[in-house]
Amino acid sequence: MQRRTILKGTAALGFASMVGGKAAFAQGLEKAKVGFVYVGPIGDGGWTFQHHEGALAVQQEFGDKVEIVWQENVPEGADAERVLTQMALSGCNIIFTTSFGFMDPTNAVAAKFPDIKFEHATGYKRDHANVSTYNARFYEGRAIQGHIAGKMTKSNKIGYIASFPIPEVIMGINSYYLHAKKVNPDVELSIVWAFTWFDPAKEADSAKALIDQGVDVIASHTDSTAPLAEAAKTNGAVIGFGQASDMADYKPSPRVSSIIDNWAPYYIKRVGALLDGTYAQADAWEGISGGEVEIGEITDAVPADVKAEAEAMRDAIAAGTYHPFTGPINKQDGTAWLAEGATAPDGDLLGMMFYVEGITGDIPS
Amino acid sequence: MVRLEKRPSPSAFWQWATPVLAVILTMIAGGIMFAILGKNPVEAIRTIFWDPLFNEQFAAYSRPQLLVKAGPLILIAVGLSLGFRAGIWNIGAEGQYIMGAICGAAVGLALYPLETRWVFPLMVAAGIFGGWLWAMIPAILKTRFNTNEILVSLLLVYVAQNILASMSIGLLRNPEGGGFPGSRNMSQIPAMANPELIPGTGLHWGVIMAFVVVIAAYILLQRHILGYHIKLAGQAPRAARFAGVSPNRLVVLCMGLSGALAGMAGLFEVTGPSGQISIDFNVGYGFTAIIVAFLGRLNPIGILLAGLLMALTYIGGELASFMLGLPSAAIQAFQGMLLFFLLAVDLLTNFRIRFGTRKEAL
Repeated sequence: MQRRTILKGTAALGFASMVGGKAAFAQGLEKAKVGFVYVGPIGDGGWTFQHHEGALAVQQEFGDKVEIVWQENVPEGADAERVLTQMALSGCNIIFTTSFGFMDPTNAVAAKFPDIKFEHATGYKRDHANVSTYNARFYEGRAIQGHIAGKMTKSNKIGYIASFPIPEVIMGINSYYLHAKKVNPDVELSIVWAFTWFDPAKEADSAKALIDQGVDVIASHTDSTAPLAEAAKTNGAVIGFGQASDMADYKPSPRVSSIIDNWAPYYIKRVGALLDGTYAQADAWEGISGGEVEIGEITDAVPADVKAEAEAMRDAIAAGTYHPFTGPINKQDGTAWLAEGATAPDGDLLGMMFYVEGITGDIPS
Repeated sequence: MVRLEKRPSPSAFWQWATPVLAVILTMIAGGIMFAILGKNPVEAIRTIFWDPLFNEQFAAYSRPQLLVKAGPLILIAVGLSLGFRAGIWNIGAEGQYIMGAICGAAVGLALYPLETRWVFPLMVAAGIFGGWLWAMIPAILKTRFNTNEILVSLLLVYVAQNILASMSIGLLRNPEGGGFPGSRNMSQIPAMANPELIPGTGLHWGVIMAFVVVIAAYILLQRHILGYHIKLAGQAPRAARFAGVSPNRLVVLCMGLSGALAGMAGLFEVTGPSGQISIDFNVGYGFTAIIVAFLGRLNPIGILLAGLLMALTYIGGELASFMLGLPSAAIQAFQGMLLFFLLAVDLLTNFRIRFGTRKEAL
């Protein structure tokens, strides 16, 4: 441990005991103050919007027993640490940090406030007993989108607007490609790296670049509706999917289906556990079966047989009878990854930094 | 008809009273905006300006944070103010800040895991160099080809941001970070860290340098021939030329100085509060510093106060945002009002409004 952290730690422990000292955690709580830290604006219509919906669901569920506070547009970096500390000082009992880039700040602040629970979305660091992580198996939804994409493309060119080269995003790309390829061996995947989670202008540019290359099905891993707005300009020639939120405004086309992040069940479960005293550190990774990943309505723009197949896949994933990463699957360089019939271990997925065989191009590095 | 007429000699009192008046006007207009949003305006203003300093729950933490936030603002703004005084408009401090951080971090990370106390000073030197170099591009282009330094320096910000993104996922990425973007956390490596020097004060090397630079700039402007030349070039460019001031030399000096200070600020930030090179390492200090420079009347002491005030609106704004549920856009609008009212009141200090048509041609 560094001098800086020790010194800061001891200084902050003073506040922590001052603020957190009132509450007894083991016995549960009479009333909980719940904080949410968002990376984008609530009005992004995607990622942050869905987290805020989850926050509002907590309020609805517990009524007077919880107080919700939130802060939007928090930059990932030094400012996040201050926002978190101030939230902790304001008497929050549990704080949800909802972007990957809040990982180090979350753990740093958690060290200073051992009595406050911290929950970090999509990260992997749980350096302290009061830090939990949670994520959703979005790759399950990507499999269904890939299936639809493979069936629907006329140019055999499908596209993906990627945000950052992290395992979370790469596993989505792989899942999307594998399932498109399965139903359409001629399919080619183009990937554009936007290097942002939320930047409507950049996302629109990325969609334009893909459309210019002849791509006619676009999936995106960014938070705004801009790619769909771009696809809507093509008079039905290009389709896409709602990302994070249903994005129902673009129904029935270009938005032909969507992945909906539903954080409400998890938030209600965790806050409920804190209130009744059963809270424990967790590393949660639920998918379609747990209700965290929902597949938005598949519209009539998709032929009935394709729709039925996609829904059957959704149900098989939910029932646990089908895993989107089932061998044989080779890596991009041709080496074997999964043998016939083997399914991907979670550890492989969480550290996935390779493309599967057939995807062209390199992961930016 | 309404027209503006230049005041022959603007009142010295109002020169200094305008920032205060602008703050008061911002509070009033901001209060109205908060009221329209359905929040108690008095409570909102109190949360922004009072709570970070005196609220017993937060103040012990927020007060030092004020210095952390104001440090880079002051450092950059002092540098910019020298150029602004001479009529040299460096708008690209954000890019110079980024390049300083990258160059400094690159030197430190290249030497990792070397543990000697020379690493940090070397990094500071590299940070200064990086910022200086990035500012030299618009400076040389201006002196050689007479390009517009406003445009060139601004556009280079976007180049710097792309270099930053590339560094975060490429060359400077943490090899032990599991493929995730971002460098090693330098604030956790003793040889490279820029720690809080006295616990609970927020004082790190960047804040100390900010104070040093304020004093140095004050002396430069009051006592040194270069300061005199800078002021002269801004107020009377022709007279300056007759007095032997080379405009080109001044451009290179002022751009270089402001770039070096911005680079230094970037280095102290990346080794301290931020800790790592990451894709969104920069949060707009370089642009906010322009407001700070003008709010502080391009005077080093004024900038010191303006930097602290600006930091207060940031930290108080964050508090108001989650304590009262104010949207972050409202806080940004509130900060924008500050510059708006400052410029508006400034205009009235230098001009008077005349009604009716002009009687005779002057």
